[in-house]
Amino acid sequence: MSSLFSSLKMMTKGAMRCVLITNHLKFFETIGNFQLLQVTVRDALNQAMDEELERDERVFLLGEEVAQYDGAYKVSRGLWKKYGDKRIIDTPISEMGFAGIAVGAAMAGLRPICEFMTFNFSMQAIDQVINSAAKTCYMSAGLQAVPIVFRGPNGASAGVAAQHSQCFAAWYGHCPGLKVVSPWNSEDARGLLKSAIRDDNPVVVLENELMYGVAFEVSEQGLSKDFTIPIGKAKVERPGNHVTLVSHSRMVGHCLDAAAVLAKEGIECEVINLRTIRPLDVETIEASVVKTNHLITVEGGWPQFGVGAEICARIMEGPAFNYLDAPVIRVTGVDIPMPYAKILEDNSTPQIKDIIFSVKKTLNM
Amino acid sequence: MSKYTIGHYSYQPQTKCELHRLDQGPPTQALLTREQGLKYYRTMQTMRRMELKADQLYKQKIIRGFCHLYDGQEACAVGIEAGINPSDHLITAYRAHGYTYTRGVSVKEILAELTGRRGGVAKGKGGSMHMYAKHFYGGNGIVGAQVPLGAGLALACQYKGNNEVCVTLYGDGAANQGQIFESFNMAALWKLPCIFICENNKYGMGTSVERASASTDYFKRGDFIPGLKVDGMDVLTVREATKFAADYCRSGKGPILMELETYRYHGHSMSDPGVSYRTREEIQEVRSKSDPISMLKDRMISNNMASLEEIKEIDVEIRKEIEEAAQFATSDPEPPLEELCNHIFYNEPPMEVRGTNPWSKLKSIS
Repeated sequence: MSSLFSSLKMMTKGAMRCVLITNHLKFFETIGNFQLLQVTVRDALNQAMDEELERDERVFLLGEEVAQYDGAYKVSRGLWKKYGDKRIIDTPISEMGFAGIAVGAAMAGLRPICEFMTFNFSMQAIDQVINSAAKTCYMSAGLQAVPIVFRGPNGASAGVAAQHSQCFAAWYGHCPGLKVVSPWNSEDARGLLKSAIRDDNPVVVLENELMYGVAFEVSEQGLSKDFTIPIGKAKVERPGNHVTLVSHSRMVGHCLDAAAVLAKEGIECEVINLRTIRPLDVETIEASVVKTNHLITVEGGWPQFGVGAEICARIMEGPAFNYLDAPVIRVTGVDIPMPYAKILEDNSTPQIKDIIFSVKKTLNM
Repeated sequence: MSKYTIGHYSYQPQTKCELHRLDQGPPTQALLTREQGLKYYRTMQTMRRMELKADQLYKQKIIRGFCHLYDGQEACAVGIEAGINPSDHLITAYRAHGYTYTRGVSVKEILAELTGRRGGVAKGKGGSMHMYAKHFYGGNGIVGAQVPLGAGLALACQYKGNNEVCVTLYGDGAANQGQIFESFNMAALWKLPCIFICENNKYGMGTSVERASASTDYFKRGDFIPGLKVDGMDVLTVREATKFAADYCRSGKGPILMELETYRYHGHSMSDPGVSYRTREEIQEVRSKSDPISMLKDRMISNNMASLEEIKEIDVEIRKEIEEAAQFATSDPEPPLEELCNHIFYNEPPMEVRGTNPWSKLKSIS
């Protein structure tokens, strides 16, 4: 009941605020004729898993602290209480072992969700993700499917330093046989995770710890139990005519913030939320470049061999190249291991001013 | 009606069955019927001839890449299969041709996979180390990676409550992989119905067990997991031990570990002559004293369960089957180029795949 009280506290904070408590009550306020629900990314992921666990008894969740601790970042809060030991499994600290166990269970026809406490730890298990999961359907010429989801927080957090801050979008995005998604807001989180769980293939879901607590409006459609977002389709979050900003995960928010500032100066940015890293939706980016003639990619990860690098290559190889009035610009994390001190950390990933600077540079302003 | 009667005898295993955390082991008396004996003989001999044919084809450069042969270890695969049900699950490492056969894939499809033809069990896309069948999960190239997979298969059996078990094989070389100990821990913690089996053929590639392991008692390496060690050259010993292990797992007691003492005649793979780290005398001694097929044959003949002529007839049939399979494997065409990008995903709408250059857009269906 304590979570009910804390949610009541949160309710008094704003006029249009709603808290979804997975195990207890759903309550929301209506303003006028519109039902607007604010859902945090954490709750969106939680609901998505809850609904898929209920829908298909083959789905189960395993990872460190996912059960009795309610999840290291509380993403799986309440699920163990509801579904029990069989469906929500606490593992020992054995990434390579439990990732392999999850893959084996998927080969036998179950639909595991394998949580890495952060994707930094997935490096210990990366052989199971790539060699046992991603490649198996191909090696077996379609005889052996691996319907598994690997999920967890990816990329920079706050003050966790070099070993806990790496972005794996480029590493996993490199490999055939994997699908890789990177949600930004709550609707992304819900829809992409549900699609990932329902997909018969290995899907890597790169979440972001700093986004877990951020609330977004979710439409009623977005809250329906069968709401899914197709893997492989980007979304234009904000239309514009002067420059295209392409991004994924947390940086999408930075792009929108930069766009708001630039709009005051009469520069209209088109902001594209990739949603999926692999397969990359190049068509949406190309259509935008045809319109704006300027492209900037924004990512939290390192520049070399990264997501932005791939977008540059694809744009050059395709029809949109002829519509570019300037080379594509990549805004990326600084090419260093993540430092600890706040001033250094703040200057290690793209800030809004970096995006604004790059826009003005490419528009020759 | 044949002049042979159903045989029943107690065998003397060449090495004593050793136990770890077990009060009793498998029975020391086994019932072998004539039908069973002939079946085991036929299966082992087929596997033997198939591997020797693969050797031949490899030397003719018709098989390429990796080829890890199983001859000498036949009693393990056949004995294990005799001790479990087809509905049980099995996963092994790269020395997998024998298990591919015992789990139901034809010699034809195995050889054609080795020669990389469209008639291969994986349509030529997997090769020696990546063959699959119902309830057989390969064929795995990364040493030790198959062990957590096997524990996961066992978890699925437990989850579904279907009373099935998973046989998870690894070698003496793989036995030192960390992920195996992670699997032991979780399998024991959650009481997974997993039979871990270490096929100890004394050498991990060119490294003898003494040079690789601080403890060569592989059946004890599961620590808190009960274990047993038996003679892997005797198909009946293996069968009885497997039955014992399977019963243990099915009763819900959790995992069990079995070490099979066995031997491979070939080197680690076809690129290893196999005599730089062991003597020809050693290989010859095993062949003459402990060959699994000869031992079974001698036992059957001396117990009046089959005649030499009958056995010879079976050999002739097998030779013919292998020849025909090899014929197919060498004459079947390679997979068509259109297959190149297929099967990346399962149950997926058709998609485009980038070829070697930007204008090359290849089609992929699942």
